[in-house]
Formats: sequence, C-alpha cells, structure tokens
Amino acid sequence: MEPILKVENLTKVFSRSGQEDFTAVNSIRFSLNPGECLGIIGESGSGKTTAVNMITRLLDATEGSILLDGEEITHLKGRELRKVYRKMQMVFQTPTDSFDPRRTLGDGIGESLRNIGMSRKETREEVERLLGKCGLPADFADRYPHQVSGGQCQRAAIARALAVKPRLLICDEATSALDVTVQKEILELLNELRSQQGNSLSILFICHDISLVQQFCDRVLVMYHGSIVEEGVPDDVIGHPQNEYTQRLIDSIL
Amino acid sequence: MREVTIRKQRIKKDSVKFRLILFGTLAVLLIVCSFFSEYLTPCDPYLQDLSIAKQPPDAEHLLGTDRYGRDMLSRVIVGSRTSIFSTLLLVAIITALGTAVGVVCGWNGKALDTVLMRISDLFLAFPGLVFALAVAGVLGGGLQNAIIALAAISWPKYARLARSQTLAQKETAWMKAAKLSGSSTVKLIFKHILPNIIGPILVTSMLDIGTMMMELAALSFLGLGAKPPIAEWGSMMSDTRSLMTTSPWITFSPGIAIFISVMIFNLLGDTIRDYADPKSRGR
Repeated sequence: MEPILKVENLTKVFSRSGQEDFTAVNSIRFSLNPGECLGIIGESGSGKTTAVNMITRLLDATEGSILLDGEEITHLKGRELRKVYRKMQMVFQTPTDSFDPRRTLGDGIGESLRNIGMSRKETREEVERLLGKCGLPADFADRYPHQVSGGQCQRAAIARALAVKPRLLICDEATSALDVTVQKEILELLNELRSQQGNSLSILFICHDISLVQQFCDRVLVMYHGSIVEEGVPDDVIGHPQNEYTQRLIDSIL
Repeated sequence: MREVTIRKQRIKKDSVKFRLILFGTLAVLLIVCSFFSEYLTPCDPYLQDLSIAKQPPDAEHLLGTDRYGRDMLSRVIVGSRTSIFSTLLLVAIITALGTAVGVVCGWNGKALDTVLMRISDLFLAFPGLVFALAVAGVLGGGLQNAIIALAAISWPKYARLARSQTLAQKETAWMKAAKLSGSSTVKLIFKHILPNIIGPILVTSMLDIGTMMMELAALSFLGLGAKPPIAEWGSMMSDTRSLMTTSPWITFSPGIAIFISVMIFNLLGDTIRDYADPKSRGR
C-alpha cells in the first residue's frame, strides 16, 4: 500500500546574519499510511510545528522532500500548491484565532468550497451539513468566532478542514488550548470521523500530551531537538522506551 | 459603588455614539452643501460691482463684500466646493496609494519592500510643506499641481501604517487557514487583509482631512494653489491679506470657514477613532 504522506530527509535551518544557524528540524523521515493515525510528540521547541508547517508548505523546507499521495509537493507554488490543499488540511492549535475575526464561521468553512467553484447556495448547504457532522447546529454558520466557545470553534475548524474531503488531516496541537472535557469531545469527534471514513482519511496528530497520543494514535514518533528519536506503537513506546529522552518524557507524567 | 461605575461607563459609550452621529451629520451636511454650493449662494459670487467694494457686513451682504464688490458669503459658499472637494480627493489619493504600497511591501517582503520603504523614508525625511512648495514650484501653480505636491509628501505615512498592519495580519493563524483553503494571493489580500487593516487607516485619513485642508489652503495662500478668480478659501485669504487692518471681514470670512470645517473633520476623526477602539465600545 502506497503511503499517503512520505517525508524524506526533511530539514529546516533558520539562518540569520551574525547569528549561528539554527537547525529546527534535522533530517526527519517518516511515512503515513492511508487510514492510519500517526502521532508526533515532543516538548515545545522540538520542531514539531516547524515540521508540520513545512509539510503544509506554509514554510519552505531547507532540504528534503515531501510526497503527498505519491506527488512531490516540496517546491510547488501558486495554482499547483492550491490544488494540493484539496488533499491536505489542517486544524490549528488556537481555535478562535484560526478564523478571520471579521467573517462568520460559515464564511471560513465555505471558503475552500467557494474556491473550488461551488455556488453560494450549494456552499451554504454543504457548510450546514458539515457543521451538523461536527456536532454544531446549522445557525452557527452565521456566528462570528468571538461569539462561540473554544470547543465549538474547534469543531467548526474541523468542519472547515473536512470541507474539501481531504485525504490527510493534520492536527497541530488541536486539543491543547481546550480544557480536558472538551478535549475528550474533540477526540471523540475525530475518532468518529476516522471510523466513518476508514482508509480515506489519515491523521497526523501533533501533541505534547503522551496520554492523548496513547488513546488516539496507531503509531507514534518522538521528536527531540529536531530529530526523531523513537518510533513505534504507543503502548510499546510508553511501556518500553528505548531512548533516554522518551524515558524522561514518560517519567515526567507518571 | 458598582452601580456608579456601570452608569459612568454607559454614559461614556453613549457620548461616543452621540458625537459620532453629531459630527458625522455635520460633515455630511458640509459636503452636501459644498456639492450644491452653486444653488445656495445668495448672490453671484463672481459679479463685480465696484460701487459697493469693501462694504462691511450688513443685511444685504451678510459677510460684507471684497475689494471688487463681490459678495463674500457667496464666495465662501462657492469656495467650499473647491476647498472641500480637493481636500477629499487629496485624502482619497494618499489613502489609496499609501495603503496599496504598504500592503504590497508588507505582503511581499524582500527586496521590493526594502526599496519602497527607503523611498518612503526619503519623502518622510523632507520637511513636508517645504517639499510640497518645491514640487508645486517646479510643476507650476494651480490646484491640480498643489494636490500632486501634497500627495507626494503625504502617502508614506499610510504606507508605513498599512505595512505594519499587513505584517501583523500575515502571521495570524486564520491567515494560514485561509491559505490552506486554497485562496489566491489576490483573494487573501482583498478578503482578509484589507478588511482587517482598513479601520486604523480610515481613522488616520479622517484625522488627515483637517490637516490636508489647512495645507492646501497654505499652498493656495502662497499662490501655488487655486488661481483667481476661482473662489478657494486659502487663496481668498491670501489675496486680501493687505486689507486685514481696514476690512478684516474679507480675510476672516474664509479663515473662519476653514477653521469650522477643519474642526468638524478633526472632531469626526477623533470620534471615529474612539468608536473603533474596542475598549470604548465593549463587546
């Protein structure tokens, strides 16, 4: 089975004149199979977000290649890149900030649909369907981001991410800004989506909470100082950590 | 104690709204009046009658007459059209130009940003009115050239403002989300950047209307703006300044007109700023 996402030697070096180069992500490689949920854990500053930003092409990679569904996307630009976003979507860490404060949630969710040429009326219907799928009433389409709670906003963000029926969903700390009960609801929603869509939806789940990863992911990568230090099934990694950093990470929770 | 605080806040909020309506109405009234000024004049503003030259204000000529016997009230009313419309045009030009440059710089970054910003620094480094004088001097007098001269020195303020605002908006999470939604650069700028940065820019341009009206009047006063016999407040003051001691109403009428309109637009600008400030509005 061909992986949906394949990352080879991905490296990001931040260089500033007069300062030493900083390697945020150091030659990481991994692949994600269709229908799989892959977790990436690591402390803040370990390069998780930089890696995701490179995969979503919000940040240019210094070296390496990113293959999405067999297609090389590392250097795509403009129209070609926008096409890629039909296969790959992201849910951000801060739900409220991920919606334009001057537009309604419906506008935000429907934006990608309008961009692929759907009519206003069809978009509205689809937005309401998506909101329903994510457990929100249809009239939320007319609300502004500051009028809804963080958890509701994150549900809307998931609805937005699912609008174009992507094959890869990236959740960058999607539950970190929410309190535990809402966190659980969002995870349940993601789980439900996974069981509904089967192999057509793969999830890359970035998190710093090892217990969430254990509940939710099929496989986990541990990142430390820009490199992947350990990889495996969550229960194995947590039960028998091979790496010293992983050991410390687990100890710090238990 | 608590009751009192709440009531104080409510009064403050209401007063902002009241001021907004009041000054907004006054400004609109002023613009409408200046638009229909030709129909509002009691006498022909260009009709000369030397037999009644330099008459002090009386019942027939409420603001007196100038040295050619033209009715001052009519000239002030007709002059509003030139003064107010050229000011609004000027402010519209610098707002649009400055914002466009600023957004392009902020969005694009890199070399283009550096070049355009250094050019704007150049313009900012000159003393404004002196530079405008030089430009108007080179291009020759006339209202059109005065507007060009003032536009040349005034756009960098807007460029800097728009650039900093664009830079701030560019890094937000919702901007990334909009990119991931497959929106093109043009869409991102027009649908997301502009609506979010237009507030502070609009406030600045409202506050600038007063300043620009004064500077246009100053250029006209120095003989580099509107040419006679066109009625324009600045040039009307300048033409008659030698009569200030003997017939002060001729100089003071357009002066007071400038004073009142500048004040209305400045107060409106202040009020819009207060209104746009979320702290004064609440959620």
